[in-house]
Amino acid sequence: MIKMTKTSSIALAGAMALALTSAVPAMAAGDGPEIAKKKWSFSGPGGHFDKNQLQRGFQVYKEVCSTCHGIKRIAFRNLVQPGGPEFPEDGVRSLAATYKVDELDGNGKVVQRPARLSDRFPSPYKNEAEARSIHNGANPPDLSLIAKARGVDYTGPIWYHPVSMLKDVVTGYQEGGADYIYALMTGYKDNAPAYRRDATGKLTEVAETSIQRGDKTILRCVSVEKVAGKPDNCTAMADGMNYNMAFPGHQIGMAKPISDGQVKYTDGTAATVSNYSADMAAFASWAADPTHDQRKSLGWQVMLYLLVTSILLYVAKKRLWREVH
Amino acid sequence: MDQHESTYKPGSRTAKWWDERLPVMRMMHGQFVDFPTPRNLNYFWTFGGILTFCLAIQLVSGIVLAMHYIPSADLAFDSVERIRRDVNYGWLIRSMHAVGASMFFFAVYVHIFRGLYYGSYKAPREVLWIIGVLIYLVMMATAFLGYTLPWGQMSFWGATVITNFFSAIPLVGSTVVTWLWGGYSVTGTTLNRFYSLHYLLPFVIAGLVVLHIWALHVAGQNNPTGVEIKTKSDSVPMSPFAVMKDLFALGVFAMLFAWFVFYAPDYLGHADNYVEANPLVTPPHIVPEWYFLPFYAILRAVPSKLGGVVLMFAAVAILAFVSWLDTSRVRSTKYRPVYRWFFWLFVITCLALGYLGAKPAEGVYVFWARIFTFYYFAHFLLVMPIVGLIETPKPLPRSITEAVLGKGAGAGSPVAAAASPEKR
Amino acid sequence: MSSHDDNNPHASRRDFLAIAGPAFAAVGGAITLWPFVSQMNPDAGALALSSTEVDLAPVKEGQAITVQWRGKPVFIRYRTKKEIDEARSVAARSLPDPQADADRTKKGAEQWLVLVGVCTHLGCIPKGQSVGDVKGDYGGWFCPCHGSHYDTSGRIRQGPAPKNLEVPQYAFTNDAKTKIKIG
Repeated sequence: MIKMTKTSSIALAGAMALALTSAVPAMAAGDGPEIAKKKWSFSGPGGHFDKNQLQRGFQVYKEVCSTCHGIKRIAFRNLVQPGGPEFPEDGVRSLAATYKVDELDGNGKVVQRPARLSDRFPSPYKNEAEARSIHNGANPPDLSLIAKARGVDYTGPIWYHPVSMLKDVVTGYQEGGADYIYALMTGYKDNAPAYRRDATGKLTEVAETSIQRGDKTILRCVSVEKVAGKPDNCTAMADGMNYNMAFPGHQIGMAKPISDGQVKYTDGTAATVSNYSADMAAFASWAADPTHDQRKSLGWQVMLYLLVTSILLYVAKKRLWREVH
Repeated sequence: MDQHESTYKPGSRTAKWWDERLPVMRMMHGQFVDFPTPRNLNYFWTFGGILTFCLAIQLVSGIVLAMHYIPSADLAFDSVERIRRDVNYGWLIRSMHAVGASMFFFAVYVHIFRGLYYGSYKAPREVLWIIGVLIYLVMMATAFLGYTLPWGQMSFWGATVITNFFSAIPLVGSTVVTWLWGGYSVTGTTLNRFYSLHYLLPFVIAGLVVLHIWALHVAGQNNPTGVEIKTKSDSVPMSPFAVMKDLFALGVFAMLFAWFVFYAPDYLGHADNYVEANPLVTPPHIVPEWYFLPFYAILRAVPSKLGGVVLMFAAVAILAFVSWLDTSRVRSTKYRPVYRWFFWLFVITCLALGYLGAKPAEGVYVFWARIFTFYYFAHFLLVMPIVGLIETPKPLPRSITEAVLGKGAGAGSPVAAAASPEKR
Repeated sequence: MSSHDDNNPHASRRDFLAIAGPAFAAVGGAITLWPFVSQMNPDAGALALSSTEVDLAPVKEGQAITVQWRGKPVFIRYRTKKEIDEARSVAARSLPDPQADADRTKKGAEQWLVLVGVCTHLGCIPKGQSVGDVKGDYGGWFCPCHGSHYDTSGRIRQGPAPKNLEVPQYAFTNDAKTKIKIG
């Protein structure tokens, strides 16, 4: 939690020039970090959110992420509705009352009243300028759409790309945002990878275990560039940045947000960063798409209806045209 | 309207009374019930009906979305999110509209390539074809305007890039762009006018579609042989034969449509458009929607700004001239052994340009984009006129009926295949 | 298969199939209309805004305030003794829309009259809230659109309106009876 005060944007949205210039040029499209597709309860046509996971995810959000990140598109009532975390209404009502929202009183003064179910989550900041002044010029993005605003780039060979695209359509792959959030939250490393420079100027990555204390030939690089006729170029990490495997360009302003055991789960789920990250990714996915379950359950009914109708029409067409041929 | 006489018989005295005053039922009957349809149409011919369906879906869902959408720079993004989250079935209607745009283009591309393959642009269907090109053009404008409305990062920067095309016009370019924007950059003012036009243009499309169908029913439908209807046995009445077939095809198409709406609603979109528009930060990699990618590749293949824009518009405009660029005496590519290869090369070219349009404009991608851009134009300007002149087509069936009944025998092909290869 | 050139034996089956497919499609089309109809109903955000709280402490005897609830004005009047007596002295049965004043107020807080300020005729907002307003022949409210007169209990007394002004569902939320929650 203390670390969070130094947190800055994981996003491109609203990030000012400095954040951008450090993050983006290193990333030529196509060589983005490889991010694994994870199996989610909400993956694919039959998927639906796991209410317990969403509840845990909300817990992680509330105890950790909410210090810096808002979820302004979520109303307290959403936490009660079907297809979401489905917390009991009374609990959410009293949770809402712990938040304050602005209101005009009879004299035209802005006063604060406890939030109600119909209110949306208030932002942790008064405005963007305040957010930036707290976070060294960065604006921590609102998380209510983050799962849809992030995705995973294809990194495989060119010839396989069309097959991969088709596979994504057939399997209804829409969880790129969740995969990215999980990869980002679990992708922190203490240091950028170590490289050793040989006599010709070539940089070779070396394992952490093989590094001896005080070895001057070791360089820490977030990225390595080959330059024709010159020694390889090493981009060192900028001050105040953190190394992350999943973040484009690998330098992220947000410090590692969460550690094992930080959030106490009450349902017996192991208190690990991996679980926290998966639960938060699931919660963010729901927050970005609260009608997800309704969509998929209506979906198969529509598909089934269309299938039956198409078959009936095909049989009718066949009978009809038999006379002509 | 045309040479075909409606067989409509009013069924009651009221119907008769009405028919003498406004024979709209007679016309509908003549055009859509007993209209003679070539009996050998394949499933590529069902896309006309599918496209009408697409237009209807876009109109209805669009009018409904307009009831909830707020065209203001401050509220547009938020209002779309409220549609997705709070409006009853808003998620469904919005997803239908967004996916529907892609489905519309998918269907229109099948329709266009079908026309190109079977020579549906050739006399006497030139006007029909040109109206079709106009519809395609207005569709592109409508889709672009509509993509601006959610006011996400891609909306905003897409609008900025596309409107900047006009800045390539010599002398008055920047004046024109300022006029389009109503300011010195894309702003809420721009959004408002785009919204107004986005609402208007679909009705223009609907009007053009009426003309398109009118022109179609004057010339009659083309068919896979390219041989016109000669006798009654060459055709079947549109209803129920063609209608039932169209309905079945529509059912299958609706399944594809529904799959995207329910299971992959964001697949055809772009993640950056879920980030609210920010006039100070451009996303690192802007790409248009998939249906514009080939043209985007052509734009970026040219090193000059004006040249790129001109070539891109020319790539669409050139379609209007194929009726005269193609010199072949035979309509259907089925009977054109040489041109057939070029046709498929053209299809591959369009797909390749689409792929390259999604890639960054650097290195080897630019090289290939140039090669394929060259072929794109060469296909129309060189292949179509030259191959048409030197090629010996395969023998055509004498009539549609013969083509249908002779299908089992596989007639004609050995002779033609032997004749064509040395035609280089 | 065998005798397909003879139409008659197949006619009924063909007709059935020719009807079943399109009929099925038509039913689906009709059901599809539902989302397009339903979207015009109040959305989830509007449904959630169904209650509003009002502090009555600043309102003095004889004064009236107007607050908004579900987008409509709600009249809250702190009635004087005279107004209450006038409202109670009328025989309810003699009125166009018979209702006793006691049924329109809360017991122990009869001075507070809470009404939806929408004329039951055609939806205009009656006059009578401000000091200088015309209050009609019965000292309550007067609708300027078509001349309906309401009394000090908000009941229709004269004019085209068919019903009394509606009393919304409300409750006092504190023991001092200075706060109410409407809806």
